[in-house]
This record gives sequence, C-alpha cells and structure tokens, in this order.
Amino acid sequence: MYLARVTGRVVTTQRYPGLDGIALQWIQPLDEDGKTMGEQLVACAVVSTGPGDLVMFVDGREAALACPTTFVPVDAAIVGFVEQVESKGAIIGRKARVS
Amino acid sequence: MFLAEVLGTVVAPVQIKVLDGEKLLLVRPITPDGKRTGKTRIALDRAGAGVGDRVLVVDEGNSARGVLGNPTAAVKTLIVGVVDYVESERGRYDHRSPRIKLVAP
Repeated sequence: MYLARVTGRVVTTQRYPGLDGIALQWIQPLDEDGKTMGEQLVACAVVSTGPGDLVMFVDGREAALACPTTFVPVDAAIVGFVEQVESKGAIIGRKARVS
Repeated sequence: MFLAEVLGTVVAPVQIKVLDGEKLLLVRPITPDGKRTGKTRIALDRAGAGVGDRVLVVDEGNSARGVLGNPTAAVKTLIVGVVDYVESERGRYDHRSPRIKLVAP
C-alpha cells in the first residue's frame, strides 16, 4: 500500500460492466515527507474520497480484490481515507493543499 | 521481502473491512547500511514493530493473504519481522540501536 493524495476525478460513461458504480480518481503517490513520489495514476475509489483527501491505495492484483466484483480489470484501488500520518515527528495530511 | 525503516504511523478512520483494528505504519525501504532505497509504503504490522525500528517487509499478495488467513483480503504489504542485525562479507550491521553500527567480522 502507498500513501497518496486525490487530485481529481475521472468520469467514464462507458466502461467494463463490473466497474459500474465505482468512482475513479486521479491520485498522486506521496513519500514520507508528503512530497510527490512517481507518476500520477487512476485508482478505483472503494472507499469514498474526494479531491484533496489523503488516502492509501493498493496496487496489483489486490486492487481488484478490494472491489465489489473481484474479477475486474483494475490495478489500483483506494482502500482507506487517511486522516493523518505522523512521519519522523512531523504530521502530514491535515491542511496540506493539492499542488 | 525487503529491509525497511519504520518512519511513522498512519491513522485511517475510513478503510476497507480487512484493515479494521490493524496497525498501519509508514515504512521506507533501506539498504543494510541504512541508505534510502525504493518507494515509501504503508504496511500492516504483524510483528509488533514501532517507530524507528528496522523491519522485514513482505510486499506480495499471496503471502499477505496467507498471514491474514483471508483469501480475499486486498492487502499485500505486511511487516513480518523486526530486524536485529544483518551479516554480510563486510561485517555485521547492528540494527538494534538507533544508529546502524558496522561491526567488522
């Protein structure tokens, strides 16, 4: 699992049937300082989250297991809404803005 | 599996069911001598680790599901051990103290 911030939403009218009703969100993985880590990606929001929220996501096969239908073509899923992270004594999460 | 350093704690009030009641820690992969390597992750603690500990992390779904005893758990990053020391041809890297010490063989 990785830490990430939701930066936007992705809307698709036509999609694979097993993905009906699952929100897709554009997320930016973060490192332990809250700085960006790697490329942005699209993830299924299994847990309700919105732009600006700090989240954790799981990638790979486990992402599909988190979805209501487990055989779906998904490689990243948001599995938790993160309130705060304490890292090296500093708190990241609260009041941080989407850059 | 890889060696990692526990940097902090993660508080997630809303999460999938399998994560309920589990301790989540922020970990960063390190080399035996303590240099940063790889991507920072969030791991489930199954070894009683704490902030500052050097730990052994498994990042593979089948193993994680086996440990959790749940064949459909959407979890793959698990702390499975707290590292005491690493031995190599250069000597022994002692991870029990806050600063990693190299003890020559």
